[in-house]
Amino acid sequence: MASFNGTSHNPIDDELDFSDIEAKYRVDFDDGFDSVIVVDGVPVIDRSKLDKLLAKISKEFSRRGAVIKPDNIFVPWDDNAGKTKGFIFVDFGNPDAAAFAAGAMNGHPFDAKHTFHINRFTDIERYASIDETYVEPTVEEYRPKEHLRAWLADSQGRDQYVTYRGDDVEIHWHGKPSQCEVAYAKKNWTELYASWSPLGTYFATLFRQGVRLWGGPSWEPQHRFAHPLVKLIDFSPCENYLVTWSHDPISVPANLPQGPEFFSPEDEGNNIAVWDIKSGQLLRTFPTTTDENEDPAMKKQMQWPALKWSSDDKFVARVTPGQHISVYELPTMGLHDKKSLKIEGVVDFEWCPHGEKDKEDAEKGAKPEKTEKGAKKRENMLAYWTPEVANQPARVTLISFPSRTVLRQKNLFNVTECKLHWQNQGDFLCVKVDRHTKTKKSIFCNLEIFRVREKDYPVEVVELKDTVTDFSWEPKGERFAIVSSNDPNLGNPGPGITIKTDIGFYQLDRAKNDFKLLRTLTSRTSNTIRWSPRGRHVVLATVGSSTKSELEFWDLDFSTEERREGQNVKEEWGSGIQQLGSADHYGVTDVEWDPSGRYLATSASAWRHTLENGYAIWDFRGQELEKHILDRFKQFIWRPRPRSLLTKDQQRQIRKNLREYSRAFDEEDAAEESNVSAELIAHRKRLLDEWNAWRARCKRDIAEEKRSRGQKLNGEHHEEEKEEIEEWIDEVIEQIEEVVE
Amino acid sequence: MRPILLQGHERSLTQLRFNSEGDLLFSCSKDHIINVWFSHNGERLGTYEGHNGTVWTIDTDSQSRFLVSGSADNELRLWNVSDGKCLYVWEFPTAVKRVAFSEDDERVVCITEQRMGHQCVIRVFKLNRDGDGTAQSLEPEHMFSPIGSKATVCAFTYTPNLIITGHESGKIALFDVATGTEVLNNERAHMDVVTDLQLSTDRSYFVTSSKDKTARIHDTKTLRVLKTFTTETPLNSAALAPNKPYVLVGGGQEAMQVTTTSLRQGKFETRFWHKVFEEEVGRVKGHFGPINTIAVHPAGTSYASGGEDGFVRVHHFEESYFRAKPYGDLQLED
Repeated sequence: MASFNGTSHNPIDDELDFSDIEAKYRVDFDDGFDSVIVVDGVPVIDRSKLDKLLAKISKEFSRRGAVIKPDNIFVPWDDNAGKTKGFIFVDFGNPDAAAFAAGAMNGHPFDAKHTFHINRFTDIERYASIDETYVEPTVEEYRPKEHLRAWLADSQGRDQYVTYRGDDVEIHWHGKPSQCEVAYAKKNWTELYASWSPLGTYFATLFRQGVRLWGGPSWEPQHRFAHPLVKLIDFSPCENYLVTWSHDPISVPANLPQGPEFFSPEDEGNNIAVWDIKSGQLLRTFPTTTDENEDPAMKKQMQWPALKWSSDDKFVARVTPGQHISVYELPTMGLHDKKSLKIEGVVDFEWCPHGEKDKEDAEKGAKPEKTEKGAKKRENMLAYWTPEVANQPARVTLISFPSRTVLRQKNLFNVTECKLHWQNQGDFLCVKVDRHTKTKKSIFCNLEIFRVREKDYPVEVVELKDTVTDFSWEPKGERFAIVSSNDPNLGNPGPGITIKTDIGFYQLDRAKNDFKLLRTLTSRTSNTIRWSPRGRHVVLATVGSSTKSELEFWDLDFSTEERREGQNVKEEWGSGIQQLGSADHYGVTDVEWDPSGRYLATSASAWRHTLENGYAIWDFRGQELEKHILDRFKQFIWRPRPRSLLTKDQQRQIRKNLREYSRAFDEEDAAEESNVSAELIAHRKRLLDEWNAWRARCKRDIAEEKRSRGQKLNGEHHEEEKEEIEEWIDEVIEQIEEVVE
Repeated sequence: MRPILLQGHERSLTQLRFNSEGDLLFSCSKDHIINVWFSHNGERLGTYEGHNGTVWTIDTDSQSRFLVSGSADNELRLWNVSDGKCLYVWEFPTAVKRVAFSEDDERVVCITEQRMGHQCVIRVFKLNRDGDGTAQSLEPEHMFSPIGSKATVCAFTYTPNLIITGHESGKIALFDVATGTEVLNNERAHMDVVTDLQLSTDRSYFVTSSKDKTARIHDTKTLRVLKTFTTETPLNSAALAPNKPYVLVGGGQEAMQVTTTSLRQGKFETRFWHKVFEEEVGRVKGHFGPINTIAVHPAGTSYASGGEDGFVRVHHFEESYFRAKPYGDLQLED
């Protein structure tokens, strides 16, 4: 069988072993016998009836649409018996017609005694050549896998980050200056971009052929998901599932290997695929939802992630705008309760995230005897909103799942747009409602805050006169920050236009149980809020502007000596807010905290512009630790960390004894500092010696060459030529002649 | 000391040159004029007028007797330094982009532009130094065209008849002028156009700058890259500071690519790098356009930079510059 031997000279192929994928997608060429079928079950006859039989067979075939002529039928002849052998070959001239005939006529009852059984000629050939002897399948030897979370056991407690520049992907360790090093580097590791899984276990890279996951200390390939031309990926929160999307609809070539890891013909035409990460199996595929009645010119950007996961990985849901939300159960990926949630006009929804408390409860829930009061397992919740349609007010609804009971509903008026923001512990839900005035000329904003953990889900409204462009909850906190603006240029971006903004901080006032303004920072240009993952610190950045690129580092609990949970420190409202520093990273496009909340990384990606690409790392006070300006720099991502394994008590204990720990660390730092400088001095000494040796060699060479030409050396006659010229300038200012008597 | 601002040009500077004693500073510009200045106080001594196009390049001999200049009016001119008289004019089919004297002042090399079907040509003229200098031969002693990428900069090495060239492709090559053959080359010396090439005092190594945002020190004999200085802007000029282990580099975004305002002045700084350790040691601000050319006083006591903004800034190093030992007491061969 002729086959395409895929040896392409793409450098990527040299780096990575794709031979298995190549074999899978190998193109098979015709070998000429594809157009021939073998018909079994033909009556055994002698020569006299042959013509009649062939005419009858041709007629039967033609009646089913597979037109053949008696000439194209070959009848094998048993010479001894003088009869036919009971099967015939039919040549259709092309494989498609043969395939059609095989499908149409297989099992066709020719007469009472005879039924046709049709096989392709090539198939018979293939099955005939199968080796009859049974070969024991070799049991693959057990190879222990590397620990996928090995990086967490780093003795120095360092974090990792990945950089993608040009074609190079590098994974770095980040710690104290001396501990920063490249952990792993690989050229052409990805063709589009790279991504971490949400808990940092896997590293995903995208290729034309699909997604690959890597992990472990030596970055071995872990899993592979063959989704050709994949563009977007999304992990489920617990890293059990992966969603991939490609702009090109799935097509299944004829000889694609079959199996649970591959697309089957039913998946054809779909764009989204859901995979089980651990087994590598395909669970289900979906088409991209498109509104048929939507104007193609007004086509909105596709929402990504298209499938939203509940935070325990039990459900995944997708919205069909205006019609329904479909919730699927994992791991079967079947529609939950066999029906979608029909919601007229639904625009968007969000799952409630599970807080640390919920997760602890879930763990306790496994041992029911320990269930305490209040530890009742919370159901999944989801919030959605519907716009104003035909005299019906816009509405935000909170429902629990899987019981599908409506927990709270709130009607809203004059709504143009809603955005749902859950606090990451699932304590609060803020619905940012953009409202228009009656004339629809100006837009203002309401924040409807649902206190989800309290009885009856009380809602509080914060009214604002300006447009809110960004909203962000403090992680694990009771504060949020907003960026608002009343700049007339808002909404019509142009070159050189920087929108003036105000930043507001709000906090839950426990006494009154409502959210109160802590402080407003006016006339800024910041448009991005980045809370530290541990709360308290926040960075305000001006991103995507060609003229401004400020970073402001703020501490919201500056004056509090020690922050103790549950204790209300009596102090003036908002007095703890303090700016720690400000900095500037020209052309910054991305701002990201490291998982520990100690460092901030800013990067200027070549995907957005080509001026001063590179990245910088700052500490939480805004001190620059390192800055690299690198051409063609594309991506910077910190490796996320999973939830801490320490219990609350253990954490408290550590906080208490912080002073003792820090003494040990200080000693370590001091020892290291002297180490580093010694190393640097040695390095310089080496460079210096190399240079001096080379210069000495050079000078000897020149002297020799000049001497051989009979020239005098520069140095020899230089001294004598030097002469000093002194100029005396006499200036006669006035000359007076006096006659002395 | 405050820098001296030389305001004698109406358009952007193209090249600056000190004479071998360093008392005179020559500057040429797109406004067709060559100026000569006293380097210690910035007083203008005179001009050399006659070119009818951008003067791209100048060079003086070691006795400060002759000055050669190349211009976009397709002329190579020989001037008398002391009185500004034009002694001789050679005319070519295309613009003259670079000129340089040989070490013994006997020869001048010039590069003409590749344009209008004409190839880039390197010509070497033998100067007649007798008499008043007006009796020159019209024909070059040697001429040849480099094959492949055109040459942009050149200089004589300490070996007679051997020149170094920098090319548009980033190549650095050694040519034997007598035969016109490429003796040696380093194709990957730079990744983009070589914009400047300046020699060390004994011509045994040289520094080049390039649009690929790096400056590099090369060994003249082997063309091996010894040191690399990586910056974040395209570079237009690089110079070696005598008696101090520094390299001065200057450049900036090209005017047509600058989309940012005053905040980005940082791009138009002269940067000082330690030439052995490849570390940046300082910056000098001042220009408000890209720096096109840098020249250092042969005694290493001052330097001048010329920018796209039309200004020449002469900086005399302060006492602290000579005293400062940022890396401790090092015994470094110049």
